[in-house]
Amino acid sequence: MLAGEFGEASSKAMEILVALGKIYGAPRLVRCTSAQISGVSYKNIGDAGADFLWDLAQKGARVRIPSYINPAGMDLNRFEEMRLDHKFIEGQNRILQAYRKMGVNLSLTCAPYQIGVEPHLGEHVAWAESSAVIFANSVLGAMTNRESGVSALCSAITGYTPYYGYHLTSNRVATLLVRVDAELTDPVDYAVLGSYVGRVAGERVVAFRGINPSREDLKALGAALASTGAVALFFVEDVTPEWRLSDKPEVADVSQADLKKEADKLGGSAPSAEVITIGCPHASIEEIGRLARILTNRKLTKPLYVYTSRQVKSQADQLGYTKIIEDAGGKIYCDTCMVVSPIDRMGVSSIEVASAKAAYYSPMMSHVNVRLAPLEKIILEASEAV
Amino acid sequence: MGVIPGRAISKGVASGEALVSSQPISFLGGVDPLTGVVVDRNHELAGQSVSGRVLVFPHGKGSTVGTYTLYQLAKRGLGPVAIINRVAEPIVAVGAIISGIPLVDKLESDPIATLKSGQMVLVDGNRGIVEVL
Repeated sequence: MLAGEFGEASSKAMEILVALGKIYGAPRLVRCTSAQISGVSYKNIGDAGADFLWDLAQKGARVRIPSYINPAGMDLNRFEEMRLDHKFIEGQNRILQAYRKMGVNLSLTCAPYQIGVEPHLGEHVAWAESSAVIFANSVLGAMTNRESGVSALCSAITGYTPYYGYHLTSNRVATLLVRVDAELTDPVDYAVLGSYVGRVAGERVVAFRGINPSREDLKALGAALASTGAVALFFVEDVTPEWRLSDKPEVADVSQADLKKEADKLGGSAPSAEVITIGCPHASIEEIGRLARILTNRKLTKPLYVYTSRQVKSQADQLGYTKIIEDAGGKIYCDTCMVVSPIDRMGVSSIEVASAKAAYYSPMMSHVNVRLAPLEKIILEASEAV
Repeated sequence: MGVIPGRAISKGVASGEALVSSQPISFLGGVDPLTGVVVDRNHELAGQSVSGRVLVFPHGKGSTVGTYTLYQLAKRGLGPVAIINRVAEPIVAVGAIISGIPLVDKLESDPIATLKSGQMVLVDGNRGIVEVL
């Protein structure tokens, strides 16, 4: 493939993977079964990224394994409502056309595991979105490093990834043991825990003891760990499919007071904001169902934007959740999210979120103030019974 | 000095005048993709152009979007002709490969101490060597 018998694009992609293998000390490449590519929003990669992807597609690059992409900067069907300028829409469309030409599934979600892409225990994949990487490794037991947009794309084109890091069981061992002595009752509590631990964990594998998270909680915990830290893998005792602890791990104890302080850092005590944004990572059908139950026979007093994938939205349509949320005054956007769409340019200056990841990134990436609180609290405060 | 062996990261052979920096470079925000001039005011190369030079620096830093900035520069014919890093990291390495810019790292002698700005240098990214001409 490197020699060019599969064409220029495959040869280039292979050259990149070989070089990355050298840099990371990988002895060889390993076959992978899927790729999840970041670097999709025009807000993030701009014209430079659009040019590169377009050229690559023109050169005949085609994916060889099932490949998925992160959210874009706009809802493909409702971008007019989002008040985006012409240049943004054109740039975004160029990026999406390039991915489509290469045969990438326009999944436009950061949570492919919610649309049926669930690699098995021990399966090698090449995923880039940090919250998806940590979910695949920790909750599903699949094996992936934290890929970049380009390296994941190269894996999509070749079907290979460098064999190092989290592809080796010997590296899937926790060196930080976190003992939690706090009551965690809502996904946002797990998000705050992840945010707190991420700050000290850096790139280490983390093992948690003393918690009993649901799948929704694990998703929130992982997304936060991968935001404040560069964590790609964590274990929860008696919960996750893997549990390996080094002989002498560093031990950290987390108390309720630590979590209160962390929540305050993320806007836990901030004043109420203009707009509610839910779905970072993309809302699951369970989360949308929960939202619909809270909003039944209620009317919102401020805008509510829910972000999810098109597949989950269509499930929500069928189950009647979309109607309840829209009747209450909320909107469900697909293909995008509050972090990668130019929400500041849409005239929004403060948001309320139930996600530590959104609370961490939005002030930096979208220049908005953030209030963090549990979903139910946010919605009840911003709605009245009808 | 002659030939200095190193490690091949990005293929190709090119020569040009060296531009040496002891500081890491972030291509996103640090270098203007329309002119090739270093615009990071706190950088020791501030105001200088990387275009046509053999750019010698420790390693890349900053956003991974820097990969695309390097590509954009090269596409406009404003990129460095070759890169020598102390130790390459993915942002610049991948940017160099997609742009067809030869890159060699891990030289036997530290390139930042050995090479001087203005020297004519040849970078062979196929064999992984650098030659002072």
